Amino acid sequence: MSGGASSWSFAEADAVRIQGILTEFLRDSSARTAFIIDRTGQLIVTTGEPPQFDATTFASLAAADFSANDQLARLLGEPEFGALVHQGEKESMYLADVAHRVILVVLFDNRTTLGLVKLRVRTAVRDLTAAFAELFAGRDGARPTRIARELVGEAEDEIDRLFGT
Amino acid sequence: MSMINYASREINCKIVYYGPGLGGKTTNLEFVYNKVTPSSRGKMISLATETERTLFFDFLPVDLGTVRGFQVKFHLYTVPGQVYYNASRKLILKGVDGVVFVADSQLERMDANVESMTNLYENMQEHGLDLTRLPFAIQYNKRDLPNAAPIPDLQAALNPGWPVSEPARQRETPDPAHPGELLVYQQDGQWIERAPYFEAVAVSGEGVFDTLKAISKLVVKSLG
Repeated sequence: MSGGASSWSFAEADAVRIQGILTEFLRDSSARTAFIIDRTGQLIVTTGEPPQFDATTFASLAAADFSANDQLARLLGEPEFGALVHQGEKESMYLADVAHRVILVVLFDNRTTLGLVKLRVRTAVRDLTAAFAELFAGRDGARPTRIARELVGEAEDEIDRLFGT
Repeated sequence: MSMINYASREINCKIVYYGPGLGGKTTNLEFVYNKVTPSSRGKMISLATETERTLFFDFLPVDLGTVRGFQVKFHLYTVPGQVYYNASRKLILKGVDGVVFVADSQLERMDANVESMTNLYENMQEHGLDLTRLPFAIQYNKRDLPNAAPIPDLQAALNPGWPVSEPARQRETPDPAHPGELLVYQQDGQWIERAPYFEAVAVSGEGVFDTLKAISKLVVKSLG
C-alpha cells in the first residue's frame, strides 16, 4: 500500500507529443475538440476548437461518468467498457480509455460521423497509450520537484488570504 | 494524486469531504461557494436526487491564484453519505490528495459516524491509500444543537489516533487549532498521532473555512 498520494508531472515536451497525436487525430476524423483527462477528473490537455463551456467542470463530470461506467461493466462481468458514446442531435462525445490512467474525450458534430471518429480513435489511442506508458514509467513515484518545494510557503500565504486568517 | 502540469502551468489538488448522510458535507461546499470571491471559484455542480440528497457527488473548483508562475487549484468534492451509495463514494476517492471527515455531532448519529469512518478507511485501503499518511482532518459539525455529543466523546469514538512508527515524527506536536492539546503525543510508552479536528456549524459557516484552510495547507505541504 502506498502511504500517501504521489504527485506526477506533465512536462512541456509531453504536451507537445500528446498534442501532436491529437492534432493528427482531429484532422483525420474531422472532430472538433479532443481532451485528455486523468481518471481523477483533472484536465491535462485540450486540442482543437476551444470549448465554450467550463472545461474544469466538464473534466470532473467526464471522469466520473467514465468511472461509473467502468463499474457498470464489471457488474455485467466485462473487464471494462473501453469506450463510451453520448450522441446528441448536433453535438456528440466519444470517451476512450488510454493506458488505464487517462481518458480521451472527443467532441464532434455533424461535420463527421461516429463511424469515422471510432475508426480514427483506434490509432490515436494506440499512439497515446505508448506516449503515456513512457510518461508514467519515467515519473511514477518521482521525488517532489524543486518547484513544488518552493511553492509550499507562498501557497500557504495565499490560502490564508483566500480562506481568511 | 496531485498533478503538476508544466505545459499549462497548473497544479490541481483533490480534496474530498466524507461522512454520514445529512452530516453537512454539501452545506460546507455551499458555504465556501457563497463566500469565496466569485473570480476564485468555478461552477458548483451537484449531482443530487429530487429531494436534494447527494446522489453521486458535489464538485466545486477553487482557484488559489498564481503561485510562482503556477495556477494552484483545489477541486473540492463531497461523496453521497447514505450507506447504500458506497460504489459512488469509492469512485470519488480515486486520486484524492486530502480528506475531510464531516461528523454529525448529534448523539443519535454516533453509530452512523462510526460506520462512515470505518467505511472511509476501507475504501481508502481499496485504492491502496493509507489515511494515516495522507492529509486528513475531522470536522465535528452541528455543534449548535442541544443534543451534540461532547468533543472528548467524539474524539474517542472517531479520532482515537494511530501509532507513529517513524522516529523523526515521534515528538510532541501541539495542535495549532486547540492550545494545550497535542496532535502527536506519547501514551503508555507509545507515540500516537491524531487527525486535526475542528468544531463547526456549517449552516452558519462557523468552522467551515478553518477546516478548509487546514486541509488545504496540509495538501500543499504534502506536495513538497
